[in-house]
Amino acid sequence: MIVFDQVMVRYGDAIALAGISEKVESGEWLGVIGPNGAGKTTLLRAAAHLVRYEGAIQIAGQPAAGLRRRALARLVAYVPQLPELPPEMTVADYVLLGRTPHIGYLRMETPADRDICAGLLDRMGLSPMAARPLGTLSGGELQRVVLARALAQQAPVLLLDEPTSALDLGRRVAALELVDELRREQTLTVLSVVHDLTLAGQFADRLLLLDGGRAAAAGDPASVLRDEVLTGPFGAGLHVLTTPDGERVVTSRRIASGGASGQAAVDSGR
Amino acid sequence: MKSAARKAGPAVGRGPARLAALPRVRAGRAIAVASAVLIAALLAGVAVGPADLSLPIVVRALLTELLPWHPALGVPAIDADIVWQLRLPRVLLGALVGAMLAGGGAAYQGVFRNPLADPYLLGVAAGGGLGATIVIIAGGSPELLPPAAFLGAACAVAVTYVLGTGTRVGRSPGSVGATASIVLAGVAVAALLTAVQTYLQQQHYQTLQQVYSWILGGLSLATWSDVLLILPYVIVSAGILLAHRRLLDVLRVGETEASTLGVDIARLRLTVVIAATLGTAAAVSVSGLIGFVGIIVPHTVRLTAGPSYRIVLPVSMIGGAAFLVLADIAARTVQSPAEVPIGVITALAGAPFFLVVLSSRRARQDLS
Repeated sequence: MIVFDQVMVRYGDAIALAGISEKVESGEWLGVIGPNGAGKTTLLRAAAHLVRYEGAIQIAGQPAAGLRRRALARLVAYVPQLPELPPEMTVADYVLLGRTPHIGYLRMETPADRDICAGLLDRMGLSPMAARPLGTLSGGELQRVVLARALAQQAPVLLLDEPTSALDLGRRVAALELVDELRREQTLTVLSVVHDLTLAGQFADRLLLLDGGRAAAAGDPASVLRDEVLTGPFGAGLHVLTTPDGERVVTSRRIASGGASGQAAVDSGR
Repeated sequence: MKSAARKAGPAVGRGPARLAALPRVRAGRAIAVASAVLIAALLAGVAVGPADLSLPIVVRALLTELLPWHPALGVPAIDADIVWQLRLPRVLLGALVGAMLAGGGAAYQGVFRNPLADPYLLGVAAGGGLGATIVIIAGGSPELLPPAAFLGAACAVAVTYVLGTGTRVGRSPGSVGATASIVLAGVAVAALLTAVQTYLQQQHYQTLQQVYSWILGGLSLATWSDVLLILPYVIVSAGILLAHRRLLDVLRVGETEASTLGVDIARLRLTVVIAATLGTAAAVSVSGLIGFVGIIVPHTVRLTAGPSYRIVLPVSMIGGAAFLVLADIAARTVQSPAEVPIGVITALAGAPFFLVVLSSRRARQDLS
C-alpha cells in the first residue's frame, strides 16, 4: 500500500506537483494519466525518493522520508521510462542487480539470490537467454528483462513509468498482461504511467488524471475516461467511445466524427 | 486484460531445484593469465639489467637472501647486491605502482562512469606535483619528497571533493547528479595547482631539471624503504576497491537506477575516491607522475576479458603491475646505461597496443 498526503514537488520556482493526495491499496493498480508535463513521472520519482518533496508518502505503513535507500528499495521497485541497459551485461547479471537491496554492503549474491532470479527468468520465459548480452535482445525481450529485475527486488510496490513506450501494440498488451498477472500472483501495488489512455483504462483498477501538477480527476476508468473530464487536460481533440461490452476507447474527435468503428478507433487513436 | 488475466499462478521461484543455474561472471581464467604474465614480468625484471648477470647467478643471488640457512651458493657479494638491493626493490615498486595506478583508474572509471577517468582525475597529479616542487625548490632533502607529494595529492582531492559535493546538484537526494560537478571541480583544482606549480618551477629555473625529472616519473631510485612505505597503502586501497567490485557493477545502470536499487551513491563514491586516492597518492609519492597506465590497462582488460568489475578490478591490478614492470625493463635497457623516462615508454608501447585492442571486433561491438 502506498499513501500520498499533500505531496508537493518544486523544480526551482516551477511547481511540478501541487499537493497530491492518493491512496493505493495492496494489490491495486493505479494508472497515472495526463498530458505531457502534468507531473506523472514526478509523482513516481517522489515515491522512489528521487526528488525532494513536501508532504508525506507512506509505503507499507512506513513514512518513506525516514527510510534509508536500502530499506526503501526493499519496499519500492522503480522502472524508469528509459532504463539504462549496458549492452554487454548478460540477462542473468542484469536481473541479479535486482537483489541489491537484499545483499549486505560489501557482500556478494548468495545461492538463494541466484535461485530467486533463476525462478523469475523461468517464470517470464527468459531462461534460454540468461547468458545473452542485453545488446542482443529485442525490445519486447528487454521489457521483460527490465520487469524481471524490478521483481527480483521483491518489493510490494511497483512503479512503472510508461513501461511499454517502445513497443508495438501487440507487445504493449502482452507486457501489461504480464504485469497484471504478476501483481495478482504477488499482491503487488502497481503505480503505472500509461500514455495510451485506452490501455490505461483496460488494465488499471483506478485512474489518476493529472494536469499541471494537480489531480484533475481520480476514480475507476469509466468515471475518468469521459469526454468532459479529458477535455480540460488534453483539449477538445479527444473523444471517448464505449464499445458494446462496456470498454472505453479513447480516440481523436476527427476520426470519431468520421464514423470509424470501435476497433479501427482503438488502432488509430493511439 | 482485466477479465482475461485472472490466473492464480504459482509464486515466482517455484521449484528452483529444477531450474538451470544462473550463468556467472567468471574471472578465474583472466586472473590466471594476468598472474602468469606478472610472474614472467617479475622474473624478467630481476634478470635483466645493465650488469650482465646470467640467470643462474640471479637465481642463486635471490636464494642466498631468501634462504639464509642455505649453504653458501657462491654468488659474489656485488652481484647479490645488484639483484637484492637494486633490481628487486625496483621491480616490486614498479609492480605496486602499476597495480595501484591501473586499479585506481578502473575504480574511477566505474564510480564516475567516465571511460576517460584516470587516477589523476581529481587532482592527485597536480597536488602531488606541487608538493614535490615546493620541496625541491626549497632545497628539502629527497626523503621529504614522498610525504610532500602524498600530502599535496591528498589535499587536492579533498578540496575537489568538498567543492564538488557542496554545489547545488551535489546536494540532491542520494547525491545523484553530483558526479559531474566533482569531475569539473577536479578540472578546476588541477588547473589551479598546475598553474601555481608551473609558476614556482619557472621562478626557480636552477631546479628546473630536478622538478621536470620528478614529474616525468621513474623508478630508478627505488629502495626497499620505498616498497615498505607504500605497501600498506596499496594493500588497504586495493582491498577496499576489490570489496566494492559488485557495487561498481550495480553502478553500470547509472546512478539513478543504482540508487533505486538501494545503493547509497554518496557513500560508495566517497569510499572509492578515498581508497583510490590513498593508493594513487602513495604511488605518485615514490614514482612521480607515470601517465597512461590508469587508462589503457583497465580498458584493455574490459575489451579482452569482459566489462564486469569482478573481472576489471582484479585483472587491472595484476595486469597494471605486469605492464609497469615490463615498461620499466624497456626504460632501463633501450638506451642502456642511460634511462628513458618510464612515462615515455608507457605511452610509446601502450598506445599502439591499446589501439590494436580498440580496433578488435569485440571493441567495435562493445562501443557500438
